[in-house]
Amino acid sequence: MSNRPLSPHISIYRWPITMATSILHRATGIANSVGFIVLAAWLFDAAAGADAYAVFAAFMGSTIGKLLLIGWTFSFFFHFGNGIRHLIWDAGHGFEIVQANRSSWFVLILAVALTAACWAVLL
Amino acid sequence: MAEFRLPKNSRLTKGKHFAAADGVSNVRTFAVYRYDPSSDSNPRVDTYDVDMDSCGPMVLDALIKIKNEIDPTLTFRRSCREGICGSCAMNIDGGNTLACTRANDEVKGDVKIYPLPHMPVVKDLVTDLTNFYAQYASIKPWLQTRTPPPPDQERLQSKEDQELINEPAACILCACCSTSCPSYWWNSDRYLGPAALLASYRWLVDSRDEATGERLDELEDPFRLYRCHTIMNCTQTCPKGLNPAKAIAETKKMMVERKY
Repeated sequence: MSNRPLSPHISIYRWPITMATSILHRATGIANSVGFIVLAAWLFDAAAGADAYAVFAAFMGSTIGKLLLIGWTFSFFFHFGNGIRHLIWDAGHGFEIVQANRSSWFVLILAVALTAACWAVLL
Repeated sequence: MAEFRLPKNSRLTKGKHFAAADGVSNVRTFAVYRYDPSSDSNPRVDTYDVDMDSCGPMVLDALIKIKNEIDPTLTFRRSCREGICGSCAMNIDGGNTLACTRANDEVKGDVKIYPLPHMPVVKDLVTDLTNFYAQYASIKPWLQTRTPPPPDQERLQSKEDQELINEPAACILCACCSTSCPSYWWNSDRYLGPAALLASYRWLVDSRDEATGERLDELEDPFRLYRCHTIMNCTQTCPKGLNPAKAIAETKKMMVERKY
């Protein structure tokens, strides 16, 4: 019995968009957790004085730092938007396939647009 | 826990190719998962070139043709060939569906056929559904009452009440939904899965059932019900067009509403 092979799963399954946004919700949740540690580091370094802050600001101002910040901005907006989508689901709405697919794309595009708008202002 | 790689004994190897006979022009290739429990070898993917001029329209027609004319060792379940028995549920072109209601023409390129995902394989496309059926039994899929029935008639329902159970009662237990669900893949030992939860909902909203509270008590568990994260694969894949994701959401709502 226990010798039976396990049939293939994630390697052969065609991802619906709702599955992609679901796993992205989890990934952005983890990314946000890391981001908040960086946010705390920012406050910590600001409190620790000008020298400490200069090190932090120099790293975040570098290309890698900026890319990370853009990533976290997207992560925040996506998780926020998709969280609202989950609240709407919890109220019992939006469960038809067409609605769920559309809301997936809507949240994705919204997160990209808000990230772009945010950085257009900053840069 | 989520285990993304297949166990060693489950990894796929390259299988045999069965070429079409000379002179056959309208050929379609079917790539089919094969596993022989009487050999020690790993599962493999065999490819069959099928003459579509003499093949019926559905994927099941092609499978039967392969078994009849090319390779009689190919094993799969089938019965009604009209989408009501649920026997021929399998993964076709990356999605779970019934081979008898999926047309070959709906699939682009080679037709890839695997057993239902993340299940123990008995042979070829036949999976072991013991756990799936046990989960269905665990939700007590029968009418539970405390009051005696009316002496002179059946327990009647209004038309509106009947319509509430109409859709969830149309489930054929093919297991397409549960085996499409990543939560079920990683936690099928503790999470009931969309099929059992849809069946549970069918009794929760039945106006004649008097065990609603007990049924909800049974589901009040971090895994049995709440492992559903609204991934929506169940509803996306259901070959009967049912909506287990919505039924689960309604069940979660009932959980909250009974507290206030």
